[in-house]
Amino acid sequence: MIERTPVLNLVTHLILLFGLAVAFVPMWLVFTASSLTIQEINAPPISFIPGDQLLVNLTAAWQRAELGTKLLNSLIVALAVATGKILIASLTAFALVYFRFPARMLIFWMIFATLMLPLEVRIVPTYAVAANALAPLQAILDVSGLSALWAYVTGVNLVMEWNLLNSYTGLILPLVATATGTFLFRQFYMTIPPEIVEAARMDGVGPLRFLRDMLIPLSRTNMAALFTIMFIYAWNQYLWPLLITTDRKGYGTAVMELKRLIPTASTTGGGTPEWNVAMAGCLIVMLPPLVIVALMQRYFVRGLIAADK
Amino acid sequence: MADISIRQVYKSYGRTEVVHGVDLDIHDGEFLVILGPSGCGKSTLLRMIAGLEAISAGDILIAAKRVNDLEPRQRGCAMVFQNYALYPHMSVAENIGYALKVAGIAKAERLRRIATVAATVGLGDFLDRLPAHLSGGQRQRVAMARAMIREPQVFLFDEPLSNLDAQLRVQMRIEIRRLHRRLATTSVFVTHDQIEAMTLADRLVVMNGGTIEQVGTPSEVYHRPASRFVGSFIGSPAMNFLAATIARPGIATIRAGHAIAFAETDFTAPPGTQVEIGIRPEDLIVTSPGTPDAIEMQVEFQEELGAGRLVHGRFAEQDFIVQLPAGHKPVASLSLFVLAPAQAVHVFDAQTGRSCRAAACSTGPA
Ligand SMILES: Nc1ncnc2c1ncn2[C@@H]1O[C@H](COP(=O)(O)OP(=O)(O)OP(=O)(O)O)[C@@H](O)[C@H]1O
Ligand SMILES: [Mg+2]
Repeated sequence: MIERTPVLNLVTHLILLFGLAVAFVPMWLVFTASSLTIQEINAPPISFIPGDQLLVNLTAAWQRAELGTKLLNSLIVALAVATGKILIASLTAFALVYFRFPARMLIFWMIFATLMLPLEVRIVPTYAVAANALAPLQAILDVSGLSALWAYVTGVNLVMEWNLLNSYTGLILPLVATATGTFLFRQFYMTIPPEIVEAARMDGVGPLRFLRDMLIPLSRTNMAALFTIMFIYAWNQYLWPLLITTDRKGYGTAVMELKRLIPTASTTGGGTPEWNVAMAGCLIVMLPPLVIVALMQRYFVRGLIAADK
Repeated sequence: MADISIRQVYKSYGRTEVVHGVDLDIHDGEFLVILGPSGCGKSTLLRMIAGLEAISAGDILIAAKRVNDLEPRQRGCAMVFQNYALYPHMSVAENIGYALKVAGIAKAERLRRIATVAATVGLGDFLDRLPAHLSGGQRQRVAMARAMIREPQVFLFDEPLSNLDAQLRVQMRIEIRRLHRRLATTSVFVTHDQIEAMTLADRLVVMNGGTIEQVGTPSEVYHRPASRFVGSFIGSPAMNFLAATIARPGIATIRAGHAIAFAETDFTAPPGTQVEIGIRPEDLIVTSPGTPDAIEMQVEFQEELGAGRLVHGRFAEQDFIVQLPAGHKPVASLSLFVLAPAQAVHVFDAQTGRSCRAAACSTGPA
């Protein structure tokens, strides 16, 4: 739509600029704060002008929170969550859209219902499962009497245990198991014209080949978007890593370990709080998601250039 | 190369039956056109041949082999879809060669065949383009090339030209005809455009409401319609119909007391039978006022066609159309007297709608 409304244009731009400023000011404050000395940052008023201590503070934050290993942990978790999510979601949606099997819609609605159960809501049962991932299976066997049968036949009690605490698996799996991606892919697959499916069938294509040659290339934009969203989502997790890891040295994630930089009475010992170092840590931890967005945006901004008219 | 035999084929979606027992033999190398109004089951029949739709009852044989339970890829058919169904993320060359790739044919061989086929349909310069960057006509050619490259036993077309503008449609029609002359592959072409059907067909199948009304050459279907439906569906402007009663062999009387003569060697119906007389607008001849048994039509308006002139009006409380030859003066009077030559009069049973043609009013293969 092309309209000539200069006044309206000006007003809308002003509103947008205002919004941008509101969003940007905190970021700018983080940046300036992380470049000041400890004296400068604790002297009111808040400074909007950066100082010259950026590198010093970054180094201090890096060392104090052991950000090297923590960033690596975060990276492993975020990449695995994003990739795992795409794999599972695209395959599940493929089954839901292109195959007729009993209880198909029931399964879809069950998956859909989990949209209403974010990790924070189901954190206690999830933790219980993570403490022993085989507990549900054990419960099924117990209730159905199969384990009793097993004990009777072999004389050995069946006790299964698979502990996910302090492991990458434990950090990753609960974050992968959500419905967002499945839903997204299902809706996308349903927009693919049925004639294309039929043309592919006429060309002699089987289901897996269709997935590989048609669905995956066609949904590249969706994958890029989902990857970005899931990466940031997993990167920013705080509560779950806090619960599932006790070995913070080995399995702590960057966002969680940031709290080590937050000055409290115990860390400062009554001294001056080092907000400059905390902010420098923030800067470092914010960086990887930014890089991911920068790398991915060209895929999903460009959109599906091959879209048929 | 293959012939197709369709035997008592039914199709139901749940409780609704949409194809009611179709029998049809398609000869090897023939260009068969299925014509019919929207929703009559043309696409459904074609898709059952292709294997995209399950057959509810009956058998389909391709090259004497029952294919009911075969996957589309095993039937040796290639299909051109109405909206082309090109793969949007593949270039023209990839689109054309995809079936070969799936079949595991080596790349060099594939490229050679893509080049040959693309040249045939005039796409040589567009091989690297994506479908989104092609015109409608070019996309249509890609769809054709994609079907051709597999050298199938049977070509299936589902209204492949209906998304093109009129001029391009004529051009593609001629190209399809030319292609068929060269390849002589058995082809089944679905359309609801009667010009397309008449010009392309070796034989024409007219369908209505899930059954076949008539099978025959375009000329047979036009000159000897087997039912009132075929008479009204084929030909533009549409055939005029008049309710009448058979008075004696060769003569029917219209309610108004008019007598109309028909070729009694062609049509047989016992006197007293209620019939419908069909006369094509282009068969009527203008005569002078007062001619005995002439049809006196009330003129309402006229349309200039360039190659002729249509006179719309009423006769015996029904719409009536006469086509005057080119060069005929506009009709100045309020009424027009026309005569129908006996051999141009069609007689249909008023009850069944079938033609009263003595022999040869078959629905089977001609
Ligand atoms: N999946 C379906 N479920 C139920 N009814 C269907 C389905 N597909 C087609 N039909 C019905 O079958 C009938 C025949 O459809 P078909 O597509 O063969 O018509 P057609 O002759 O090709 O019409 P058109 O010229 O509009 O393409 C129609 O009445 C349609 O409503
Ligand atoms: Mg159709």
